[in-house]
Amino acid sequence: MEQGPEAQYFSFLARGNHRIQRCDACGEAVFYPRLYCPKCGGGLSWITPVGTGVVYSATTVRRKPEQGGDYSIALVDLTEGARLMTRIVDIPSEDVRIGMPVRFAGVGPDTRTVLYRPEA
Amino acid sequence: MNRDLRGKVAIVGVGQAGLGKADGFTEMEILAQAARVAVDDAGLRMGDIDGLTTASVLAPMWAMPVIEYLGLDPTFIDSTMLGGSSFVAHMMPAIQALVSGQCSAVLVCYGSTQRTSPISRSVIASVRRDFDPQPYEYPYEPLNPLSTYAMAAARHMHEYGTTRENLADVVVAARSWATLNPDALRRTPLTRAEVLAAPMISDPLSTFDCCMVNDGAAAYVMVRADRARDLPHAPVHVLGTATRVHGRQGSSLPSLTETAAVESGRAAFAMAGLSPSEIDVAELYDAFSINTILFLEDLGFCPKGEGGRFVADGAIAPGGSLPVNTNGGGLSCIHPGMYGAFITVEAVRQLRGTCGERQVAGAEVALVHGNGGTLSSQSTAILGTWATV
Ligand SMILES: [Zn+2]
Repeated sequence: MEQGPEAQYFSFLARGNHRIQRCDACGEAVFYPRLYCPKCGGGLSWITPVGTGVVYSATTVRRKPEQGGDYSIALVDLTEGARLMTRIVDIPSEDVRIGMPVRFAGVGPDTRTVLYRPEA
Repeated sequence: MNRDLRGKVAIVGVGQAGLGKADGFTEMEILAQAARVAVDDAGLRMGDIDGLTTASVLAPMWAMPVIEYLGLDPTFIDSTMLGGSSFVAHMMPAIQALVSGQCSAVLVCYGSTQRTSPISRSVIASVRRDFDPQPYEYPYEPLNPLSTYAMAAARHMHEYGTTRENLADVVVAARSWATLNPDALRRTPLTRAEVLAAPMISDPLSTFDCCMVNDGAAAYVMVRADRARDLPHAPVHVLGTATRVHGRQGSSLPSLTETAAVESGRAAFAMAGLSPSEIDVAELYDAFSINTILFLEDLGFCPKGEGGRFVADGAIAPGGSLPVNTNGGGLSCIHPGMYGAFITVEAVRQLRGTCGERQVAGAEVALVHGNGGTLSSQSTAILGTWATV
């Protein structure tokens, strides 16, 4: 059965792979997945991002310890140019800094999320 | 450009109801109360209303039950839902309908009982996940809308050196205005130190940086300027208005530190033929403290990046150089989910000169700026007295 870009994206994640799109016409890196380039209307192809990026902004969501404790939400600008929401793992949330280089750390256990960690 | 529509329509009636806790009353009931107050205030009867704009946080087909409940038979209906800015965004289609002759009196109305509603906010959030999916944000569990505004604040601090003290000054200014407004819900004087001591919810925003969640309803009535002259109150003319949207999700907006208010503001000022220095009072949708700073910049009251320094030293507080959020804002007056109609009501009252202790002396031109979603929709309106038309 043919699937739309959203289902394809989550199928990639289910297999542990992160994919974004690139416009066949103007070269724009596109996230989240769409049928047509939001910049020029061109067709889109899947690409594997190189895995690096920089934190655009971040926040620590305060949550009671018994509910799982604080966690980080971040927006990361991928090296390709697209921006996405993620969680930064492997460091305390309050140590996440804007401008910090990060690297793809894998797909979350729910297979609905992608995680990033500070670049070594 | 809509220059030929400048001043052609006026707001002639305003009303509010159920402010705070509407115990025992439904959303529709307080909406109807506010609508009745606004229509009475306009010197009209409900039967004179032949245009309706409204929107609901929860009900997607909201215009129909409102028409049914109020017994209207409107020839103009707009229920465009852009979040909190909707009731500012509704002005332009209403103006066009009035000027074209499609209708002769438009009622803009909103009501919410989200404070006393038996449906908890977590249930609403969970239903929304299914009905209004954001699969590239929801799984990360941002505490939205708060977390997106928090990331806007963090980025603004990073780019421009804005501080938590600057955010606190916004909160304190709003509270200072609220102490002068008998209708405001948070009226206890507040200091910067108290604001800075509050616990974080989504860094760098604390409890004091967030608007309230209340019940409340607000409404206003618009007619053509020629008809407005014969009604009881001095008309408040719409000199310019525009709406822009860059997207929905914070992760998809081009910037979290420069919003579509740049464009809505520029277009509204161009229609009005005015500049920011000519604004006597500004009502800027402050769902969070960072909003006030962003909109002061985006609307041209100060250069980009200077908003934090602009609000220091009480510049937007009572007695400051630019009165901002004179009712106390969403931070200290009221915020029933969507606030656009409430800031419009406050601007009209300022231009009528009926604001009592918080009245801005000689106010002739007011700017109302509505925001919706997570900095997603931006609607600006510039209102003026008859003398400014
Ligand atoms: Zn393209």
